[in-house]
Amino acid sequence: MCGIVGLHLRSPDLHPHLGELLTEMLCEMQDRGADSAGVAVYGDPRWSPPGHVAVSFMPDPTVLTLSTGVEVDALAAVLSLDLATPVTVVDAGPTLVAHAAGSAGVEALRAAVLAAFPDALVAGFGADVAVLKGVGHPRDLAAAYGLGGAQGWQGVGHTRMATESAVNAGGCHPYAVGPDQCLVHNGSFSNHATIRRDLRARGAVFDSENDTEVGARFVADRLAAGYDVETALKELCGTFDGFYTLLVSDSRSFAVVRDAIACKPAVIAETDDWVAMASEYRALVGLPGVESARLYEPEPERIYAWTR
Amino acid sequence: MDPLRDPLRDPLRDPLRDSLRDPVVESVRHLDLAELPLRSVNALLHGREVEGLAPLAPGEDVVLTHPRGAHAVAVGLDSPRQVRIEGHVGYYAAGMNQRADVVVDGNAGVGVAENMMSGSVTVLGNASQAAGATAHGGLLVVHGDAAARCGISMKGVDIVVGGSIGHMSAFMAQAGRLVVRGGAGDALGDSIYEARLYVRGEVASLGADCVAKPMRPEHHEELGALLKAAGYEDDDPAAYTRYGSARELYHFDVDNAY
Repeated sequence: MCGIVGLHLRSPDLHPHLGELLTEMLCEMQDRGADSAGVAVYGDPRWSPPGHVAVSFMPDPTVLTLSTGVEVDALAAVLSLDLATPVTVVDAGPTLVAHAAGSAGVEALRAAVLAAFPDALVAGFGADVAVLKGVGHPRDLAAAYGLGGAQGWQGVGHTRMATESAVNAGGCHPYAVGPDQCLVHNGSFSNHATIRRDLRARGAVFDSENDTEVGARFVADRLAAGYDVETALKELCGTFDGFYTLLVSDSRSFAVVRDAIACKPAVIAETDDWVAMASEYRALVGLPGVESARLYEPEPERIYAWTR
Repeated sequence: MDPLRDPLRDPLRDPLRDSLRDPVVESVRHLDLAELPLRSVNALLHGREVEGLAPLAPGEDVVLTHPRGAHAVAVGLDSPRQVRIEGHVGYYAAGMNQRADVVVDGNAGVGVAENMMSGSVTVLGNASQAAGATAHGGLLVVHGDAAARCGISMKGVDIVVGGSIGHMSAFMAQAGRLVVRGGAGDALGDSIYEARLYVRGEVASLGADCVAKPMRPEHHEELGALLKAAGYEDDDPAAYTRYGSARELYHFDVDNAY
């Protein structure tokens, strides 16, 4: 099954409440699968302060506990020395988030992280996004991430019932394989092995055997080639077989698409203050003003996108 | 009369429903799903003993509040009773209903009134996928839109949709009637057996073996009765098109073999 949720806040008054709203949405979807859960948060001042670049990572992805056990200040000192610029590392439970001034460059920060932990799983990177992953129950993970206190303008969450690949850190969504990009998926792709081979032949490097990662790398490949999100998702619909409701985001946009059969559920709600998407309506009941929201289900193979 | 229809399952002609309703009882029980576990509420509706709650009298009406999108609200009802649910419900609301009349004052999730046998289910908002799936009897009215696969494998239910329906609706429909005041998505009535479909608006495409058919006087009469039962008696049946099975898939055709 899997449950997916997303919240795109139009009203700045709600930015301080992003984390508490997203936590409630994510945990309400726990019945749809609770073997791992991840989130992407755009604009949190702890994880990705303005003017900074941030890299989210699991130092040792084979460690499936709610804490990395890494001493973050010592790690920050090592990364600062490597980059010759101050780096802060924030402990977010099973994931760590390193950030440095934007002038350091996200690729250099990512390289420094991988120099310190060659086997690290980079969960996400960019100027605005923090991507937190972990194996376990969404409620435990949300507490370990400190998600309730998160702020920002946009958040995405996924709670997983594994079907296509192992229950491990690499199988946990979201997949954030391009700068500030993020993709979560409810469903399963059936021709992912073929497409993975094609992408590998073109130089893509994969972190897992997960089907969704193939979708994320496909979208990132098309975005890197200059496509906009809508065109990239249209091409995904034409290339991938299987079942999917996808939520794809970057710093500015938030898009939803379902496959032609559309058996994986999705509900969208919109008010003047926010746009929200979830696998089921019950994930939305805690949102302010949901009683008067415009509620609808996305049509198959139609791309719904919002930008800020 | 349609030989496929069982009068005991027909919402318009079910004598059991009226005879079993106690006209003396007029009280309404309010049950708040924010306070009571769903299992307790459903058990009470099934006539079972629930600690701390007085049993429902025969025919005692019920109002359920704060469903908050929960699954399986008011499923398996089997006695004449009016149940009103104030808010949106999740999957399978009022599934397997017999004899009860359930109103959802909100939207319904996947599979509302699935496998209904008799009685009625009315959704004042929209319904998600597979509304009325496999239902054998009763009347399902969705005043808003119904999403994909509305009436999939319907086996005798009557469904009236105030708005439009999504793709692959009435897939493998076997018996019953589906009335749509708006349009229908792709592949309407794919592999249909004997259900009758009446659509007023545009049909995006017809599924395999589903064809438009002429509206004869009995169809005008049948459609008029269904529209009236759903509260749309002002609609002109002549504005609707009837669709049904071409019956080309009933027999083996060697040209269809691979």
